[in-house]
Amino acid sequence: MTKEGIICSVTGTGIPVRGNDIDTDRIIPARYLREITFENLGPHAFEDDRKQLDGRHPFDDQRFSGGRVLVVNRNFGSGSSREHAPQALMRHGISAIVGESFAEIFLGNCTVIGIPCLTLPSELVESLQSLVEEAPETELSIDVSTGAISTGQATYQAEIPESIQQAFTTGAWDALATLLEADHEINDMHDGLPYFSGWKNH
Amino acid sequence: MDRDSGIERCGGSGRIIGRLGVFKMGRTLLDKVWEAHAVRELPNGQTQLFIGLHLVHEVTSPQAFQMLRERGLNVRYPDRTFATVDHIIPTDGAERPFADGMAEQMFVAIEDNLAGTGIPFFTRSGGRQGIVHVIGPELGLTQPGMTIACGDSHTSTHGAFGSIAFGIGTSQVRDVLATQTMAVGKPRCRRITVDGKLAAGVYAKDVILAIIGKLGVQGGAGYAYEYAGEVFDGMTMDERMTVCNMSIEGGARVGYVNPDATTYAYIAGREYAPAGNDLVKAGAWWGAMASDENAVYDDETALEGDLIPPMVTWGINPGQVVGVDSRIPSPADVHGPERQSIQEALDHMQLRAGGSITGIPIDVAFVGSCTNSRISDLREAARIVEGRRVPKKIKALAVPGSQRVKAEAEAEGLHEIFRSAGFEWREAGCSMCLAMNPDKLVSDQVCASSSNRNFKGRQGSPFGRTLLMSPAMVAAAAVAGEVVDVRSMIPVSG
Ligand code: SF4
Repeated sequence: MTKEGIICSVTGTGIPVRGNDIDTDRIIPARYLREITFENLGPHAFEDDRKQLDGRHPFDDQRFSGGRVLVVNRNFGSGSSREHAPQALMRHGISAIVGESFAEIFLGNCTVIGIPCLTLPSELVESLQSLVEEAPETELSIDVSTGAISTGQATYQAEIPESIQQAFTTGAWDALATLLEADHEINDMHDGLPYFSGWKNH
Repeated sequence: MDRDSGIERCGGSGRIIGRLGVFKMGRTLLDKVWEAHAVRELPNGQTQLFIGLHLVHEVTSPQAFQMLRERGLNVRYPDRTFATVDHIIPTDGAERPFADGMAEQMFVAIEDNLAGTGIPFFTRSGGRQGIVHVIGPELGLTQPGMTIACGDSHTSTHGAFGSIAFGIGTSQVRDVLATQTMAVGKPRCRRITVDGKLAAGVYAKDVILAIIGKLGVQGGAGYAYEYAGEVFDGMTMDERMTVCNMSIEGGARVGYVNPDATTYAYIAGREYAPAGNDLVKAGAWWGAMASDENAVYDDETALEGDLIPPMVTWGINPGQVVGVDSRIPSPADVHGPERQSIQEALDHMQLRAGGSITGIPIDVAFVGSCTNSRISDLREAARIVEGRRVPKKIKALAVPGSQRVKAEAEAEGLHEIFRSAGFEWREAGCSMCLAMNPDKLVSDQVCASSSNRNFKGRQGSPFGRTLLMSPAMVAAAAVAGEVVDVRSMIPVSG
């Protein structure tokens, strides 16, 4: 990250987490929603999956430790709107996610906390996952403005919706500052909506 | 059902400029509500959308209030935000301070955060507490034509009233608190038509599970679902809420039913509803928000209501669902990544490919959640268990969605029916839907559940196994000790 929240690139090693439809209950089990801050979530990312796999989950695999780029499959992050899910990943050290597709609310939540999510066709995701598994030390360098993911040997051309790409490259991914600018328009909307004005002007 | 039947694509909406001037093509409720609430277009192409009603609960709000404080901002329109506690609250009647220290801490946190803001807070002592998606409609807060947001994915429930209702993350909760607006892209619109008549023993829950089974758990990505046709027209508001509730499980962020006479009749007379002449004015505005007859949709699909059986999930997402009289699928039936998904689900559920869904023994039965904890759900479940008995080894819970639902049920004597059948009758809350309170599965128990998610670990145990079904089907499973077809338990003459 450079000045004022602009995120043009993310570079780091990868962590492949295979499987379709990995939901937010798996990313962060509901018992960790019993918190009033996000700070302590990092160590609990994928906790139940990790327990079930008894040390064989990629998040427990020493080869991937310190990885910043999560590589996932289809419909990642389905389920709840809990921002705790991307917060847990972020606090575990994830700075970008590449996958075949993402659930909508999850994708939005990632964006507003500064994690770019990029999509690749399934064969390319698989290929990237295999590459990371075979050579975990490979640095993946993601150009957020173009979607290009370079492995040093090859370049994967990923997609990132233009609105999200812009949000990162202009530093506007944290929407609040932008929303606050429309002060007058918000007032006007408030005064004009019939159900706000108690149906008086209608 | 043929996977592709009834799907046809239409062109995008817009205007046709003809010789006689501008001819406006019909618009959907989504188009109209969007236009009425669009504050402005943002540089990145999203809309800054005004939010008419903001609902808050204890789990997703503490960090949002913290962020507001860090930026020195206040709640912009406290009279348009309403709060309650539902997720962590014990349902066994425990008094405060709660024995569960974290639950107590979260309760104190929301109390502190709301103090001095002017935001109304519905707690047990006021008699209006309940699951946020049950009390919004019940209090008359949820109305047609509104935009609604809540830090909870099942906010889609409120679309039953013809509102556009979004589940949002905590940073967006912050945005709505601070500005009453949020940045959001307009979804496309898919109309899902279900005509015909549902058979006895088939409920709203079965309809939405059939839809998700057909379109998949990601089929709705990027879409709002408009539910149309005879089946939805004939549904009560409770039933429409069940359908809209699970739009999110089909990947659609919002789902709605156009408002009609059923909607108005439900709202009239409720605490926060307009009354008298205002209700007349409101009714006219609500009616005008409904989709035009010649509205243009981005996509359309249809199901036949008569053909929908009671549905049961066999897997670990709500799209892994079959009719109660069908067989559990086999990985061999499909190719590619789908094969792995089926295998993973079968492994977790400890089920056999090709096996029958009836006859699966259960350990726990749960009637509750924002999908199915309203009075009509409790009535249907009570009708099944009346005069029958839950086997001793099964834990059965009936958890009303709100204090008002509970009171209504008790006035009708439903609590006695549940209790004498061997059910525990609880206080209002989310309970075992996601097990953030003490109601949890242990080890690999199997739960017949009227909730909305069968994800691994969802009901509190990483190895727990959830079978989603209608409340009547849960009641039938509870008394039979295994999954059964509820149609065998209801009198044929109805
Ligand atoms: S009942 Fe379940 S799905 Fe509904 S709000 Fe509560 S936890 Fe969420």
